Amino acid sequence: MFKIIKKKLLVPNIYLMDIEAPRVANTAKPGQFVIVKMHEKGERVPLTICDYNKEKGTITIVFQAVGRSTEEMAKYKEGEYFEDFVGPLGKPSEFLNENIEELKNKKVLFISGGVGAAPVYPQVKWCHEHGIKADVIMGTRSKDLLILEDEMKSVADNVYVTTDDGSYGFKGLVTDKFKDLVDNEDKKYDYVVAIGPIIMMKFVSLATKPYEIKTIVSMNPLMVDGTGMCGACRVTVGDKTKFACVDGPEFDGHLVDFDEAMRRQAMYKTEEGREKIKIEEANKEKHHHHHGGCGCCGGEE
Amino acid sequence: MDRMKRVPVREQEPKVRAVNFDEVCLGYTEEQAVEEASRCLNCKNPLCVQGCPVSIDIPTFVQYVKNREFEKAAKVIAKYSSLPAVCGRVCPQETQCEGKCVLGIKGEPVSIGKLERFVGDWSRENNVNLTDTEPKKNKRVAVIGSGPAGLTCAGDLAKKGYDVTIFEALHEPGGVLVYGIPEFRLPKDTVVRAEIENIKKLGVKIETNVVVGRTANIDKLMEEEGYDALFIGSGAGLPKFMGIPGENANGVFSANEFLTRVNLMKAHKEDYATPVKVGQKVAVVGGGNVAMDAARTALRLGAESHIVYRRSEEELPARLEEVHHAKEEGIIFDLLTNPVEILADENGWVKGMKCVKMELGEPDKSGRRRPTPIEGSEFIIDVDTVIMSLGTSPNPLISSTTEGLEINKWKCIVTEEETGKTSKDAVYAGGDAVTGAATVILAMEAGKKAANAINEFLSNQ
Repeated sequence: MFKIIKKKLLVPNIYLMDIEAPRVANTAKPGQFVIVKMHEKGERVPLTICDYNKEKGTITIVFQAVGRSTEEMAKYKEGEYFEDFVGPLGKPSEFLNENIEELKNKKVLFISGGVGAAPVYPQVKWCHEHGIKADVIMGTRSKDLLILEDEMKSVADNVYVTTDDGSYGFKGLVTDKFKDLVDNEDKKYDYVVAIGPIIMMKFVSLATKPYEIKTIVSMNPLMVDGTGMCGACRVTVGDKTKFACVDGPEFDGHLVDFDEAMRRQAMYKTEEGREKIKIEEANKEKHHHHHGGCGCCGGEE
Repeated sequence: MDRMKRVPVREQEPKVRAVNFDEVCLGYTEEQAVEEASRCLNCKNPLCVQGCPVSIDIPTFVQYVKNREFEKAAKVIAKYSSLPAVCGRVCPQETQCEGKCVLGIKGEPVSIGKLERFVGDWSRENNVNLTDTEPKKNKRVAVIGSGPAGLTCAGDLAKKGYDVTIFEALHEPGGVLVYGIPEFRLPKDTVVRAEIENIKKLGVKIETNVVVGRTANIDKLMEEEGYDALFIGSGAGLPKFMGIPGENANGVFSANEFLTRVNLMKAHKEDYATPVKVGQKVAVVGGGNVAMDAARTALRLGAESHIVYRRSEEELPARLEEVHHAKEEGIIFDLLTNPVEILADENGWVKGMKCVKMELGEPDKSGRRRPTPIEGSEFIIDVDTVIMSLGTSPNPLISSTTEGLEINKWKCIVTEEETGKTSKDAVYAGGDAVTGAATVILAMEAGKKAANAINEFLSNQ
């Protein structure tokens, strides 16, 4: 059993929780994820690690209540327990294998979409702690959905917020801001890391390609076990089939087949029968939940 | 009574069981078990024991059954195996104990598996205490993986007085017993959980949600947590795909995914949150036991279910009993057929599978006749779900994160055959992690051998 030490509503529908999981906290690295199973009848929900504290033995997760499981998760209170909490899963960010001195001479840009700010944060923090300068573009639909802005500012070189409706920061998409920075503000980047809805990561990859900037994306396909034993999370990368849970979740954005990934993520979304009944039972009308997918999908639902 | 004929076992009617997940085989009643046990000749030189990978003293337990001394029978088996109710159900007895039974020469061998199952079930229902252990030795052993190999190794070491902790990656212990083999062959709550509880009663601790290679690693377990020896029984859980076009279409699953959703996550039950997608017409590609399990599971979820296999019926690697059960339930066998492409509709969903007819050539090195495609024989099977059941290989997660652990080109851990000792000091391994995908009982045999070797190693320290 894994205790919920802290629960905080960041903005409507987006929650932060610190979970007591000493073994996970002890080995967690940026870029990795966990799987949460709330109770006996629950499903296994993958969530990216947002932060970790080895001393306290806690892992921070941030999720958006977008479907049956995450809405149920949002009802858990401080002091209550999740039955299962496993991780850290997946490979740590590529950064961790690179030469830090070389990285210090490079300009890194992180781009987050929606709840993707949560998994971007530990990577920017890691860069900060290792003397690597990084800029961040944080995209969100509107000002009231923006999360972790202060936290991000405390570790990033520059933070640029974009909103779809222009209610805060730059009006437009993250790709618009990226082009603006490179074309108009003469910014040079050697490395882009994009985390958010698949559609956003696709368009970021398309935007960086003409500039030949290496682009890493963090995939969030359907998952069951998260340890490489089922292949539910398979992704085509450079014409090879990869399992996102063990080979990823980070891949070269210029090689990922995003259209296939979007189609696969919708596998249980388009199913009308059973899932609809379940949702009606739970009296939830608004959202279809991409089962087993990542709670970090941001505004794509 | 005809000594040459087995006492038949009760089974659910095929039409009834094809729409439920209850156990197909209902097992012997006390009367039937006693009657079947009385067929045993109690051989002086029992060949059946030689056929059992864990060398259970079969004649002795069978004689106790014959005399209605079921508790004594249970205690005899417990000396050799902690999983009798599991093994009695899933062992391929026809090639093991029963294959060697002398009655089998002229008639039908004694139903040793069904008798073992009866004893296992009886001792559970009657709460027989099987927790005899030797005095504590104050030495700690870590076991990675809670499948048949790990459970056996842990149980045997606990009986010898060791302090044993099992680390399991999933949320439920049992390995393939819980995620792979379906309820209708091996009930989870009654049989598997109960036998795992028995192993816990020996003092074995089980820590779930620990992925060795990620959450913990082998060197740190030994150095920082002070384990004196370690056994790796992490299995062969990595699914193979064919590498044909269209294999990532929606509606194509590995058998592992499909079975895990149903068996472990109970996706077929309304009140469980995990979904499972099964269409109107399902093709399961492969011919092993896992393929039979997947096809029979799909059938129970309401689909028309096909086995698509590239060789002929004679070469099917699945147990005869499973093929027989599958046919009775209405599984359709498309033999000498091999998929070459999966066809998807405009939304990316499976709508068919292009196959080619095969013919069998000369036997290859393994002795099986090699299938070759017949030119120009392509045809399309209309299916909306494809389940790939082509076998599995060991997950490289542990080997790739452990310094100095030798593996071979199939990613299997290299060990000394008799002891399970790996290239690392104090580290042993066994089961599918070493052999590649094999059987439950062979994994148990490996767990048993390693437990003996670990005991010897630690006793000499």
